[in-house]
Amino acid sequence: MSGHGFASHYDDAQAIDSIRKPTAITETTIAEMREIMARYPEPRSALLPMLHLAQSIDGCVTDGAVKICADLLGISEAQVNGVATFYTMYKRREAGEHHIGVCTTSLCAVMGGDALIDQMKEKLGIDEGETTADGKFSLERLECNAACDFAPVMMVNWEFMDQMTPEKADKLIDALVAGQEVRATRGATITSFKQAERVLAGFPDGRADEGPSAAGASLAGLEIARQRGWKAPEVPQTPAIEGEEQ
Amino acid sequence: MSTDVKTQANPELVTATIDGIEVHVPKGTLVIRAAEQIGIEIPRFCDHELLDPVAACRACIVEVPDAGNGRGMKPQPACALSLMPGMVIETGASSEKVAKHQSGMLEFLLINHPLDCPICDKGGECPLQNQAMSHGPGESRYEGVKRTYPKPVNISAQLLIDRERCVLCQRCTRFGAQISGDDFISLAERGALSQIVSYTEHPYHSVFSGNIVQICPVGALTSVDYRFQARPFDLVSTATTCENCAVGCELRTDHRHFQVKRRLAGNDPLVNEEWNCDKGRFGFRSGHRDDRLTTPLVRRDGALVAASWPEAIDVAVRGLKAAGSAVGVLPGGRLTLENAYAYSRFARVVLGTNSVDFRNRAYGLEEADFLAAHVAGRDVEDSVTLAGLEKAKKIVLVGFAPEDESPVTFLRLRKAWRKRGVEIIDIAPFVSDAARKMGARTVLTAPGGEIAALATLAEELDADSVVLVGERAGLVPGLLGTVSDLAGKGVRFAWIPRRAGELAALEAGLLPGLLPGSRLVSDASARVDLQAAWGVGKLPEAEGLDAAGIWAGVADGSVKALVTGGIELADLPQAAAARRALAGEVFVVCLEQRASELTEHADVVFPVALLEEQIGTFINWEHRLREVVAVNTRTDTAMTDVRVLAALADAMGSQLGVRSPVEARIAYHEIADWQGLRGDFHPTPANGITPGEGLILAGWRTALDDSRCLDGAETVRETAPPPVARMSATTAAALDAVSGQKVTITGDAGQITLPLMITDRMVDDVVWVPLNSGIQVIPTVGVLPGQRVRVSPDEAAGGVA
Amino acid sequence: MSVDTLTPNLSDNWDQFESWKLANYEARGGYKAARKALFEMTSAEIIDVVKESGLRGRGGAGFPTGMKWSFIPQDNPKPKYLVVNCDESEPGTCKDVPMLMATPHTLVEGIIIACKAVNSHQAFIYVRGEVLHVIRRLQKAVADAYQAGYLGKGIFGSDYDLDIVVHSGAGAYICGEETALLDSLEGRRGQPRLRPPFPAVAGLYASPTVVNNAESISSVPAIINNGAAWYKLMGTEKSSGATIYSVSGHVMRPGQYEAPLGITYRELLDLAGGIRPGHRLKFFTPGGSSTPILTDQHLDVALDYEGVAAAGSILGTKALQTYDETVSVVRTTLRYTEFYKHESCGKCTPCREGSWWLVQTLRNLEAGKGREGDVDKLLDVCDNVSMKSFCTLADGFVACITSAIKHFREEFEAGYHTPAWELFPYEKSVYFPDHREKITVSEVADQ
Repeated sequence: MSGHGFASHYDDAQAIDSIRKPTAITETTIAEMREIMARYPEPRSALLPMLHLAQSIDGCVTDGAVKICADLLGISEAQVNGVATFYTMYKRREAGEHHIGVCTTSLCAVMGGDALIDQMKEKLGIDEGETTADGKFSLERLECNAACDFAPVMMVNWEFMDQMTPEKADKLIDALVAGQEVRATRGATITSFKQAERVLAGFPDGRADEGPSAAGASLAGLEIARQRGWKAPEVPQTPAIEGEEQ
Repeated sequence: MSTDVKTQANPELVTATIDGIEVHVPKGTLVIRAAEQIGIEIPRFCDHELLDPVAACRACIVEVPDAGNGRGMKPQPACALSLMPGMVIETGASSEKVAKHQSGMLEFLLINHPLDCPICDKGGECPLQNQAMSHGPGESRYEGVKRTYPKPVNISAQLLIDRERCVLCQRCTRFGAQISGDDFISLAERGALSQIVSYTEHPYHSVFSGNIVQICPVGALTSVDYRFQARPFDLVSTATTCENCAVGCELRTDHRHFQVKRRLAGNDPLVNEEWNCDKGRFGFRSGHRDDRLTTPLVRRDGALVAASWPEAIDVAVRGLKAAGSAVGVLPGGRLTLENAYAYSRFARVVLGTNSVDFRNRAYGLEEADFLAAHVAGRDVEDSVTLAGLEKAKKIVLVGFAPEDESPVTFLRLRKAWRKRGVEIIDIAPFVSDAARKMGARTVLTAPGGEIAALATLAEELDADSVVLVGERAGLVPGLLGTVSDLAGKGVRFAWIPRRAGELAALEAGLLPGLLPGSRLVSDASARVDLQAAWGVGKLPEAEGLDAAGIWAGVADGSVKALVTGGIELADLPQAAAARRALAGEVFVVCLEQRASELTEHADVVFPVALLEEQIGTFINWEHRLREVVAVNTRTDTAMTDVRVLAALADAMGSQLGVRSPVEARIAYHEIADWQGLRGDFHPTPANGITPGEGLILAGWRTALDDSRCLDGAETVRETAPPPVARMSATTAAALDAVSGQKVTITGDAGQITLPLMITDRMVDDVVWVPLNSGIQVIPTVGVLPGQRVRVSPDEAAGGVA
Repeated sequence: MSVDTLTPNLSDNWDQFESWKLANYEARGGYKAARKALFEMTSAEIIDVVKESGLRGRGGAGFPTGMKWSFIPQDNPKPKYLVVNCDESEPGTCKDVPMLMATPHTLVEGIIIACKAVNSHQAFIYVRGEVLHVIRRLQKAVADAYQAGYLGKGIFGSDYDLDIVVHSGAGAYICGEETALLDSLEGRRGQPRLRPPFPAVAGLYASPTVVNNAESISSVPAIINNGAAWYKLMGTEKSSGATIYSVSGHVMRPGQYEAPLGITYRELLDLAGGIRPGHRLKFFTPGGSSTPILTDQHLDVALDYEGVAAAGSILGTKALQTYDETVSVVRTTLRYTEFYKHESCGKCTPCREGSWWLVQTLRNLEAGKGREGDVDKLLDVCDNVSMKSFCTLADGFVACITSAIKHFREEFEAGYHTPAWELFPYEKSVYFPDHREKITVSEVADQ
């Protein structure tokens, strides 16, 4: 833009949260974006997965990705930007190889999440929303991640790290630093932020069969029921006739 | 309910109660509108009558103790709630509770507002300020931290946003999404950090961008043009009519100390609703520049020098008398009806000639007869209208690019499609953005192919169809004939010229074969009628020269003098020849507002009033009379065209019969009604597409181009799309040219060079260019749209993949 | 006929080996209901059974599922869509994630039945993006169902076509609101839409659309298999059936408990091993953070739609976040309000500005820097927000704040002079699972 007339006194006025990093998206990814578009009756529905796919390449939503999505969908970049900035999973700065989340919504915070995020900041040497200089880790303060019965909860690349403790969190980071295999408590082997984003875009990584059916707290009620022989009621002897009273 | 009411357009009324007052309103009426009808004011920000409800600001929350079914509802936004039979509504006027709701909402809107009213352009006319005073708490209880942003930010060269002031009502984004079809701005971020932004390199480049400033209910959106120019309470507002195209939008023109500071869209539901285009809004500074003429000029020793009025009149009279009736009158297409009438009578009575033509542009041979037969003498009652477009079933656009050539017509077409599902068919060389925004089906057509294209559509057109005929249609031989044939089978049409004054010029008889009131020069009874009305002797009987004939006459010496209104030489297709001819002996009298290329050639120049300085009438393409009101009354430098011509007539020993626009208006209306013979239209034979080598030239003038009326509005010009030459992929490939590569277009007179834009869905064998963006294409290349040009890619410039 | 305290049905296969796999699901009778619905029942019959079962929406609002389906106008020529809301994001709510991870085919089967009922040939599963492994399992389940011919053209050899797309969200709680979800699914900012038109008339792509919670749809196969009467054996008259209760917080055995509607919190707390030793219950959310908190006075409230409403709260998602007496209610209220501020979409004024304001006042109170009158101001600001926002997100924080003040006003007033962390040292609330004293299943059973 020309910066004509009453330009702001502030240097960053023209650059609202856009990312200057060039995109590494190639024709291959663009072809995959078209593939996503074909899944939907109306192509614009593909925008969220397309942005996930863009992050699987760039580690964040770059300017270039915004332009590509806008062109493919025939909408303005302003529209794409409006969407990309609405959702918290789309990153303005490149996420680390491993994206660490610590839930600090009320219950997790009280149960130890507040302590865990402080510990993570110290351990990784970065603040929330930042990425370590070596690009290995980024850290995010999470809102509730739907695992309250496993509080306090941490996430690595959107895999559950349930029932965290300071000791476990410490070991987790050490193992990731060391490049050791780490498994989610209910999920698969930890891969990377980018690989996770690719799955979210709808390109499976073949790891669905890893991990348990359910674990720990998920089974709390079922275990008691099994113990006590509690079951859902038998189907009534007289076949239920639909629409009949009682 | 009376039976009278039942027979009206919307017979189904509902009866409900607002603040204890019974109201009867058409079914579907929103509570906020029903309340307005009984004088109850409900605060609002996001609500706008012409935008779909969004119910985002919640300022208009009312209580609904009874939804009409005996049960209450939770508090509802009055802007989105349709009044139902038996509904009971309580507003803040009757309910303390609602008053608290509304006051609470204003308190919320202000907690993050900078309260910088003293330095805000909106201060004094700000719905937030006003409603905070009328419905707000008076004092804030908020002691926290306010949200701040760097401010302001350009969203285009013309528009700025102060995000701190924004209340996120989304009027601007909804205007773009719903009214103009532009989506260059969007909400970004979330929650309390939500903000309206454009995206990096794609600013808000819309022909309608100024509307979002006008409808912003706070000072968030401002224009570079008006920022810090005035306080609203120091401005004097005048409702008048825009002079920048043939729609004739109502304007509200605001001046301070007799300087126009800004123009806003006026509210005329039948014409422009509440919108206008950026050309109309911002294009008002051209008359206030150094080139404004303030005194008469005469040529002395080869140079134009200031002269007194008597001296200038003397010089003009000597020159005109010497020329006798060998005078051509070229008044241009921008005059009010009153001024046009004065030229018409001046030519016939004072000069004794029918050589008069308002068309300072390219036109075809059959156009004048077509206009006389099918356009002149209509009135709004029997014309296609803007509002009527919404009731059509199909609308065909031929020789007409509405977003560029008649922007507010474009808005109505988009509305007709969006709101009423009207099918729009665009006969055009490529599928334009505008066509997409109107949901139009494009019949890809090279210039010259329009007749064939219409033939393929003829089957589906009937009395519910409308053909909108742009002035470019006249360039295609036989096309106006095809339109007239369609009219014969009941299809309705409207002729839509670009310039604001062309319809008035037509009615005033500014054509060689046409007298005022659509009388024909060739009709003796019409001449006699007019002689009697004017109280003059014989009017010239012979049909005069048209514009091309006049310029040819200037060149060959048979036309010895010219009297011109505001015309630009560069707008002439034969500009080069005209320039050469002017170097000869012809005596030129110019009536002009600004020094121009033509005044440089003049022998006498009379300064005339700007539109803002006079009263008058435009006739828009609907044949609707549009009143021009004097905005700026403190002017002693310029007389109107009428007044100058009257003085000249006096000095010539003749009489114009009128001395002021008011008198001209009365005089015109006295003779306007003529029930006699009308023109007879004989179309020229169709040629089809010009055969030959090279590509067919297509093009039109884009909305924001080098038009001189945009001089002084440079920020708006910056928002215009950069000029490009468009070709289909196939055509470009045949030339071995790629997008971004410069291509040179060569015709008889010269050449132009533009970057190529390969355009999807474009007819082959055609190159499209904007006709006056950076260069006047027609006179420069010497080729009219529809004719062939040679096109070659520049070897030097590499393409951009 | 007496019904057991816990009635595992949806959760019955969660402890099975590789329960997410198609073969294992079918081995336990999976897809029987889909076949029955396809080959033996008309659309109207399916809707009637679901209506008769009394199944109500499990996403929080409790709207009768069968009735929702019946609203789809079949004379509308546009395609009909089913959208399953798996955007589980309400603080406290954690039932859909384990269910979808363990038994995604139950959802797929439910979708097949629901689509048949509303004559839809295209369904979408909208899952929040932050639960990667759930998405993997759903993707696989859908892919395997296609492979088996249970999805795609002519499913199960019938002439019925059905496609399902698994769609990942991208981090926005508001997308759990059904119209925001539809905008999000259309590739837009997830902001709620003005109603009317309701989704049933003009939802996804302005076509008739049913939006159902994952648990609601997953409940359908068993209803089709066993009949409405069976379902109504569980629960209460107006809240029939069983559902998954999620107990979390300062209890010994947090987790998922599938029980008939109407179970009391006292019973659930007993099953969960009670509050951690040495402590006592202070307050709990009956159905997630948006539902007014309840206290130990409410232990015997029947946790069904009517019972919780009568106690002044909402059953919501049956997410029982439990806090003991070490917890500062000012702190939790602030955190919840910060959540809503973070998740407010920004569309409407009271939610956007109200949450911004309330968070600041609550922060002052937490830090002991409140001013005299702040509590009344909180309540008045809440009153100015309450019921006036575009969607119910804002009503969630209003409920959270006003209920906390109602029960613990003095704690908020203490914030005029004393930081919450002095009154309730935060380290005392910490309850890392490793510190939790082990309690065995048999011990719970013995209590």
